[in-house]
Amino acid sequence: MKAFTTLDGLVCPLDRANVDTDAIIPKQFLKSIKRSGFGPNLFDEWRYLDHGEPGMDPSSRRPNPDFVLNQPRYRGAQVLLGRENFGCGSSREHAPWALEDYGFRVVIAPSFADIFFNNCYKNGVLPIVLDAAVVETLFAECFAHEGYTLHVDLALQRVTAPSGASWAFDITGHRKDCLLKGLDEIGLTLHHADAIRAFEERRRIEQPWLFA
Amino acid sequence: MSAQTLYDKLWSSHVVHEGSDGTVLLYIDRHLVHEVTSPQAYEGLKLAGRTPWRSDSVVATADHNTPTDHWERGIVDPVSRQQVETLDANIAHFGARAYFPFRDAAQGIVHVMGPEQGATLPGMTVVCGDSHTSTHGAFGALAFGIGTSEVEHVLATQCLVAKKARNMRVCVTGELAAGVTAKDVALAVIGRIGTAGGTGYTIEFAGSAIRGLSMEGRMTLCNMAIEAGARAGLVAVDQKTIDYVAGRPLAPKADAWARASAYWATLVSDPDAHFDHEVVLDGAEIEPQVTWGTSPEMVLPIGAKVPDPRAEPDATRRAGIERALAYMGLDANTPLAEIPVDKVFIGSCTNSRIEDLRAAAAVVRGRRKADSVTQVLVVPGSGLVKAQAEAEGLDRIFLAAGFEWREPGCSMCLAMNADRLEPGERCASTSNRNFEGRQGQGGRTHLVSPAMATAAAIAGHFVDVRTF
Ligand code: SF4
Repeated sequence: MKAFTTLDGLVCPLDRANVDTDAIIPKQFLKSIKRSGFGPNLFDEWRYLDHGEPGMDPSSRRPNPDFVLNQPRYRGAQVLLGRENFGCGSSREHAPWALEDYGFRVVIAPSFADIFFNNCYKNGVLPIVLDAAVVETLFAECFAHEGYTLHVDLALQRVTAPSGASWAFDITGHRKDCLLKGLDEIGLTLHHADAIRAFEERRRIEQPWLFA
Repeated sequence: MSAQTLYDKLWSSHVVHEGSDGTVLLYIDRHLVHEVTSPQAYEGLKLAGRTPWRSDSVVATADHNTPTDHWERGIVDPVSRQQVETLDANIAHFGARAYFPFRDAAQGIVHVMGPEQGATLPGMTVVCGDSHTSTHGAFGALAFGIGTSEVEHVLATQCLVAKKARNMRVCVTGELAAGVTAKDVALAVIGRIGTAGGTGYTIEFAGSAIRGLSMEGRMTLCNMAIEAGARAGLVAVDQKTIDYVAGRPLAPKADAWARASAYWATLVSDPDAHFDHEVVLDGAEIEPQVTWGTSPEMVLPIGAKVPDPRAEPDATRRAGIERALAYMGLDANTPLAEIPVDKVFIGSCTNSRIEDLRAAAAVVRGRRKADSVTQVLVVPGSGLVKAQAEAEGLDRIFLAAGFEWREPGCSMCLAMNADRLEPGERCASTSNRNFEGRQGQGGRTHLVSPAMATAAAIAGHFVDVRTF
């Protein structure tokens, strides 16, 4: 996994609540058996006026000029600013794959859906929960200032605005460690292989029907 | 030991290792696998030169992408076919306890097939690369959806890296009125607490109205726990749970059965266990529900009117209502019962079991779909449900009414196969998500129970099934 340490990223505001994973990456793109290449279809139904299917050449499609990602001032954004319950819906990891492939490394929102939140960490995307009032301020500043960027420091667990204002965010020690070092989580878990085996042996005796 | 909730018991009995920040390695007993979220996981395993820790924990089927008609033609869409064939190859290579491939007699939606086969047992941890894995919590199993990286992690280590959620109890007291179903309870709960209301919690559904539900009703309810934001839903084990599991192909037999069922009976919350949050609903007051917007929390009883955004003081919520009404093509203050439907979908892991089909058949028997309704799809949840329905003659009732009787699969719940809405079409659907584009780009979904969907198919618009 890609490591994450610090980022100075252009912010793109997505001003709606309950953005679901069907919207982030529509189902027709889930037929792929690969992990990469989803970026051009991120927010497909909002981003294009024509209907997207896998294998289409993005340059031949009609972008929706009203959608925020298509506005020139947000081109190259790496920080997505969202609202409540971001990432609700299906468990599809294609959602963080698409965000990452497009170039987003940070998503900031007042709340996230659990599975999406979890999936982000596995793919080097940092989801940050900030207070609703802070998010409101960020939206206002982002709309007001073209080229609005935020500084994100994972080691310090802080987001800093151009004004110098900064806010702390929470992250578990385990996730922080994995993300900072870009660690392979399966490898880490396998350090506990003996403990897993011992647990399993106990279970096999206590609840043998689980192993039939 | 202090009093524990059911969730506390399930959690603590599966902890292999606990880290200093409270992150644990949680042992996984059952891993359900389908074609859409597994190929990248198996590929990752291969690339790293790893093998599955315990392939006999895997039970797999193909469901999301499979067609629901003309099975003799196979899967025509080459991209879908490749995904299903990739699953065939991965199961052949890595192994599984059981596999129900495309066109198998017991193929089905993974959350219908699992319980039906006895692959889901009380006290288990159950995971699947699918958010509606919460369904299996109906058995007093700790069940939740995971992403593809986690699918790979569970395949390789039999564990999940997880952090414990908090305890919420949703208590539905009293008894449900006639014509009110588990689906209406689920939608009413989401209407009350919101789609993020359960975020960070495991919800235990309790109370006399829940005890009164059949196992299939409890599955419908737990299935929708994820739409309330909770990764897992639970119902305590009782005699109904144990009776339902008895005799299923993968359920314990003989001596093991006696031991297992005695243990399962302990899978209830202790009487004085602590819940971090508690919600109480009066079951008798719940009415048949219809969603009007693009999120399951945008829901009202059938007698209500489409909300007026001007009455909403909060700006973000007001904008959300306006956007939803524009997408749904609805005017504020329209009575829900006056909204006409173009299509009806009866199916999905929420409502495609035999009791759902019986409920639909009971409403339609001897009547016909309205001419204005262009398609009514009835899609059984599994091959076994389909066979049972046909043995009871339900297929003939549906066909006589002008409904279509299909092969099992996810179908128009997410429209990955050929079953979908066209832009602007309006659908009464027994599925679980009414998001923009969920059932086809530009499609408009209203979530309802099977009885309500059937009544809408006959009337051509929503109607209160209690007086229909
Ligand atoms: S029926 Fe719908 S919700 Fe259920 S598993 Fe299939 S696609 Fe997902």
